[in-house]
Amino acid sequence: MQRLTSSLKYVSKFYKLDQLRPLIIQICSASTDLNFHKSVPPKDAGETKEMNLVQSLSHTMDIAMERDPSMIVFGEDVAFGGVFRCTLGLRDKYGKDRVFNTPLSEQGIIAFGIGVAAGGSTAMAEIQFADYIFPGFDQIVNEASKFRYRSGGQFDCGKLVVRAPYGAVGHGAHYHSQSPEAYFAHTAGLKVVIPRGPLQAKGLLLSSFADDNPVFFFEPKRLYRAATDMIPIGDWRIPLGEAEVVRQGRDVTLVAWGRQLHTMLDAADMARDQLDVECEVIDLQTILPWDTETIFKSVRSTGRLIISHEAPLTGGFAGEIASTVQEACFLSLEAPIQRVCGWDTPFPHIQEPVYMPDRLRCFEAIKKVIADS
Amino acid sequence: MSVLTRFLPAANTLLRLCTMSFTRRPTPFLRKRFHTSSLVTQAKASIQEHPHYSGYTGDETVSFTTPRYDLYRFEEGPSTDVVISRAEFLQIYDDMLTIRTMEERCAMLYMDRKIRGFCHLYSGQEAGCVGLESSIRRDDSVITAYRAHGWSYTRGISVKGIIAELCGRATGCTKGKGGSMHMYAKNFYGGNGIVGAQIPIGAGIAFAHMYNKEDRICVTLYGDGAANQGQLFEAMNMASLWNLPCLFVCENNKYGMGTSVERASANLDFYTRGDTIPGIRVDGLDVLAVREATKWIAEYMRAGNGPVLMELNTYRYRGHSMTDPGTTYRSKEEIQKVREIDCVRMVKESIINSNLATESELKQIDKKVKKVIQEAVEFSLASPEPNLNEVYTHVYSTLPYTVRGREPGEEYVVS
Ligand SMILES: Cc1ncc(C[n+]2csc(CCOP(=O)(O)OP(=O)(O)O)c2C)c(N)n1
Ligand SMILES: [Mg+2]
Repeated sequence: MQRLTSSLKYVSKFYKLDQLRPLIIQICSASTDLNFHKSVPPKDAGETKEMNLVQSLSHTMDIAMERDPSMIVFGEDVAFGGVFRCTLGLRDKYGKDRVFNTPLSEQGIIAFGIGVAAGGSTAMAEIQFADYIFPGFDQIVNEASKFRYRSGGQFDCGKLVVRAPYGAVGHGAHYHSQSPEAYFAHTAGLKVVIPRGPLQAKGLLLSSFADDNPVFFFEPKRLYRAATDMIPIGDWRIPLGEAEVVRQGRDVTLVAWGRQLHTMLDAADMARDQLDVECEVIDLQTILPWDTETIFKSVRSTGRLIISHEAPLTGGFAGEIASTVQEACFLSLEAPIQRVCGWDTPFPHIQEPVYMPDRLRCFEAIKKVIADS
Repeated sequence: MSVLTRFLPAANTLLRLCTMSFTRRPTPFLRKRFHTSSLVTQAKASIQEHPHYSGYTGDETVSFTTPRYDLYRFEEGPSTDVVISRAEFLQIYDDMLTIRTMEERCAMLYMDRKIRGFCHLYSGQEAGCVGLESSIRRDDSVITAYRAHGWSYTRGISVKGIIAELCGRATGCTKGKGGSMHMYAKNFYGGNGIVGAQIPIGAGIAFAHMYNKEDRICVTLYGDGAANQGQLFEAMNMASLWNLPCLFVCENNKYGMGTSVERASANLDFYTRGDTIPGIRVDGLDVLAVREATKWIAEYMRAGNGPVLMELNTYRYRGHSMTDPGTTYRSKEEIQKVREIDCVRMVKESIINSNLATESELKQIDKKVKKVIQEAVEFSLASPEPNLNEVYTHVYSTLPYTVRGREPGEEYVVS
C-alpha cells in the first residue's frame, strides 16, 4: 500500500518554492477545474425540462409563489433578478408588492424577514453573497433560531428562507468565495441546506419553503450557469435532513456537499481507475440537522471515511461528522477519518487554486486511508 | 462667459435627472487675479508634500467662484470664492488625469483578463479624492470602501503599485494578496469589501487620534448605498457623542450597484443624515469646491468641534464593477449628460480659460501621464505572481511553524 502514495511526494524541502510556483499553480488550477456530474431525476418524477441552476431556482420560486399567495421575495436588486438573475421574471409575474428591492442592509433584510415570517407570511430573503450575511449574524443566531424556543412555542419564523450564493468561483478573493455553513450549523433551531446542482436545488428549495423552521439555503455559485440537469416541472421535493448516496462503493465513504461533491466524484473516479478502489459517495444535502444514519451505515460497511469541504478545516462541519462517526462506528473503522478542507487561512485571491481541496488532495486522502488500513 | 453658456444646458438637464438638487454649476469662472504671498507659501508647502509631485511651478494665483454649498446645522459654510496657484492647479489636473487614464486602462486590462475578479472603477468621481486630498494633511487618515483606486493613488501608492495589485502580482501594493478592493498604504486603511464595514472603523481611528492627542482627522468614506447600513448610524452616534475628529464623506454617485438612490433611501439629503452631526453638501464634480469645503471643514474639526458629514454629489461613468455594463438601470443620455460636464475636462478648461497654462503645456502633461500608465502596465505584467507562502503569511502576527499539522512551504506536486 505504501506504493500507492509514492506517486505524490513532498518536494518543497528540496526545491526553492520560486522554481516550483508555476508548476504548482498549474497543477492546482487544473485539478480545481469544475467537472460537473449530472443527476438524473427519478423515473416517477413526471415531466422534466432541462435547466441550469439559476433557472431551476427561479422556476422553484415561481412554483412556490404561485402556490402560496402570502410569499414575498426581497433582497438587494432582486426585482431585476438579483446579481445572478435567480429571481428573474418574478417581479413581472407577481408584482412589486411581492418581489422588491431592499436597501443595502443585511441585518435589516434578515430581521425584516424574521418579522414577516413571524407575522404569518412566507418570507424569502436573498443575500447577495454568503460573505455578506454576517452583518445579519446576530439576527440569525439570536433571533431567528430561538424565536420558537424562547416564546415557548408561541412564535416562530419557520416561514423564513434565506438564500445566498456561496463558495469559490475562481477569482472571487476574500469576500466573494467563502463557505460559511459551519457558523450556522452551530446554532440549534436553524436548518442549513446546500444543493449540489439544479435538480437538488429544486427538490430541496421546495421543501425549504414548506418547512416550519428558518432555512438557510446556500447555493454553489460556481454552478449557477455551468451545467444543467433535467428538472421535474411538478411539485417534486427532496426531504430535508436526508443524505443521498450518489454512488455506491465498498471501500471508502466520501462525504461532501454542494460543489465539493463533484470534486469527490472526480476523486472517486481516479481511485476507481488508478487504484481499483470503489468509493461510496454521499451528498449530505442538509447540513443541519444532518443525516447521521446514512453515513453510519455506509461507514460500517466501508470502514473508511473522508469528508471534504471548501471551508477551512478548523471548526468546519467535517469535524462534527468525524467526531460523531467515530463515536458511533469506532469498531468498524479501519483507518483514521480524513478531512480534506480549505486551509486555515482567509480565502486567498490569486492563489485560490492552492487553497482549494481539489481532486488531487481528495485522491491523496483516499490513498492514505487505504494505505493506513 | 462662453464657458458658462456652454455648460449650462447640460447642468440643467442633470438637475432634472437627479431627484436631489445637484448643485452643479458651470465651469468655475475666472474672477480676479492677484498675488498673496501667504497663500502662495502655503500652497508651496502643501504641494511639496504631495506624494506624486511632478515639479509644477508657478506662484501666480487665480480665483474662482464655486457653486454654493448646502448646509445642515452649520450657520455659515465655506467660501465660494476660491484661490489656487498655477502649480497647485496643474498638479490637480495631473492627479485627476492620472486616475482617469489609469482606470480606463484597467478596464482594458480587465477585458484582456489580466485583471480578474472584481474591479470597481472610479472614473467620473476623480474630483472627490483629488479635491479632498489637496486639503487634508499627509498624516491624516483615510478609510474607504472597495472603489479605492483613486484614493490609493492620492494617498501615495504609485500607479505601478496599484496596477500590479490589480493584476495579482507580488509587486502590488498589498503583495498581490488583495486585488481591486484591498489596497492599503501609510495612513490609508483601505480598501474594504464589506459595504459599510469601514465606517465604524473610521470612527475608531478618529478616536485613537484624539486619544493620542494627535492633531489628525480621519476621513471616512462610504457610498450612497452604504448609507443605509445600520453600522453607519451606530458610528455616527458614537462620533457625535464622543466628539471625534471623524469626517464622514458620502460619495453619492446616485447608485448602489443597480439601485438608484431614490429606490433605496427615504431621505435623499445624505448630508443631513448624521442627526446631530453638522453636514454640508458639495458639488463633487467640482474639484475646487471639494478642496475648499474640505479645507474649511478640516479647520473646523481641528479646532475640536467634532465630526462633520460631507456629501459629495458625483457620478460614476462605468458600471458598478467591470461585470456590470452600467446601462440597464440608467439611460445612456443620463451618463452622457454628466460626461459633458466631466470633472477632469472642467479642470482643464478652467486652467486654459484663466490663462494659468496653455493648451500645449497641458498636452505635455497628458503625454507624461500616458507614459506613466504605460510603464506601470508593462511593469505589472512583467512582475511575478506572489510567492506561494503568501497564502498563509499575515494570518497571525507570527507565523506558526506548523498549522494544523502542515508545515509552511509544504506542497504536493505530482511527480
Ligand atoms: C455587506 C455587503 N452587502 C452587499 C455587498 C455587495 N455590494 C457591493 S457594492 C454594493 C453597492 C454599494 O453602493 P454604494 O455604497 O453607493 O457605493 P458605490 O458602488 O456607488 O461606490 C453592493 C450592494 C457588499 N459588498 N457587502
Ligand atoms: Mg453609490
